[in-house]
Amino acid sequence: MGVKVNREKCCYCGACVAVCPKNCIGLDEVRIEIDNSKCIDCLACIRMCPVGALGKIEKK
Amino acid sequence: MEEYGVIIIGAGPAGLSAAAKLAERKINALVLDRKQEIGCPKRCAEGLGLGWFRRLGLKPSKEWAVMPIYGAALYSPLGKSVVLKAKKVAGYVLERKMFEKALAIDAVKKGAKIRLKSNVKSARRENGNVVIDVNELGEIKQYSAPLIIACDGIDSRIARMLGLDTTNKLPDVDSGFQYELTGIDGYDEKLLHLYFGNEISPRGYCWIFPKRRGTANVGIGIAGYAEKTAKYYLDKFIASHPNLSKGSIIEVNSGGIPVGGFLEKMHSDNLLIAGDAAHQVDPIHGGGIGISMEAGALAAEVASEAVAKNDFSEKFLGKYTQKWYALRGNQLKKRLKGRHLLEKLSDADFEYLADSITADDVLKIASGDLDKKAKFILFAKKLVKRPGLVKIMMKYL
Repeated sequence: MGVKVNREKCCYCGACVAVCPKNCIGLDEVRIEIDNSKCIDCLACIRMCPVGALGKIEKK
Repeated sequence: MEEYGVIIIGAGPAGLSAAAKLAERKINALVLDRKQEIGCPKRCAEGLGLGWFRRLGLKPSKEWAVMPIYGAALYSPLGKSVVLKAKKVAGYVLERKMFEKALAIDAVKKGAKIRLKSNVKSARRENGNVVIDVNELGEIKQYSAPLIIACDGIDSRIARMLGLDTTNKLPDVDSGFQYELTGIDGYDEKLLHLYFGNEISPRGYCWIFPKRRGTANVGIGIAGYAEKTAKYYLDKFIASHPNLSKGSIIEVNSGGIPVGGFLEKMHSDNLLIAGDAAHQVDPIHGGGIGISMEAGALAAEVASEAVAKNDFSEKFLGKYTQKWYALRGNQLKKRLKGRHLLEKLSDADFEYLADSITADDVLKIASGDLDKKAKFILFAKKLVKRPGLVKIMMKYL
């Protein structure tokens, strides 16, 4: 469960923060912080990201 | 712990305009921003219409009003254009990092304080005040005030910390991406250029906003739920325009645009919300600089009344939400329908419209002067071969 961020792609715009219904994501100036313990896998953040910097954590 | 009359979170147009207005009224105002530079990185195409200069009492300065604009050119998917051009300046493209610094300097001159690299980590209500813990350049500091004005953008979290949900629903947000390009040409630098079509930009448009000779913001806003990313569509658009693809990128900008309607409630106990945080954006073109500054000033007006009466209750602060809807919100709500129109039109519809509708027609429709009957006559006459399209236009415009 959860999402991960590709920091090289991320433009730290906070668009993902804006659509997270569980308030799992925060933007600390230039760094997206994700708290996956609250993530419900709705994937809104992945859809929203203008640059495709977010991805699903695949089960191992 | 430092105590203030009002604390504003976010040093953008909404927050800085609120700070200036509060300072004018001799209220001890502090602005906190987590960034290390004001006005940067921008999440914006930087256009501001002349009407907003008048309403906000702004005088265009050469320092930040960098390109006078005389109108707009709208392009169909196949490249047919409708040009709306005035003889006089209709607005400016700004250099936002200079613009916001000017706003900051003005607010500080009037008596406000600003602190940067100050990230609010938590907020709680305590004995009629809000206490916030702030990480300021690595040092944890505490501030308190009886009123917080949240102007912290689309990713606002301060309101959520104080119990008001400002989350956007995915269908209500556009995903935006932009390059500031230089070394480009082949477009009229006196106009904003907007390119429509579902292939080009699903539920949105690509834009060229000229900033200087040979330099422009070239960007895109698409539905947040679109399958591919905004960057994918913008790169494709630029690749298909050799006059743009030959340029170099001097800035990369990214951001969400809250185009889908406004927060119903922009206040609660000890809290007011303004700007992108309150989803205060024009639903059709996604612009928000003017709307945010007006809302910030209005929040400051209600805040100063609250300070005078020492009443920071939800009931009293409700005045702000009410006043904002009366001043701007109800008018903007009508424009939400225009956004839904974009979702309904096929690329064939866009072509047909570009063939049949003239610049005069667009101006007539946009003026809001036409009543229902006049609109119907216009559409029926112009779109005679497409009764389905007449129906759609009547429903959404």
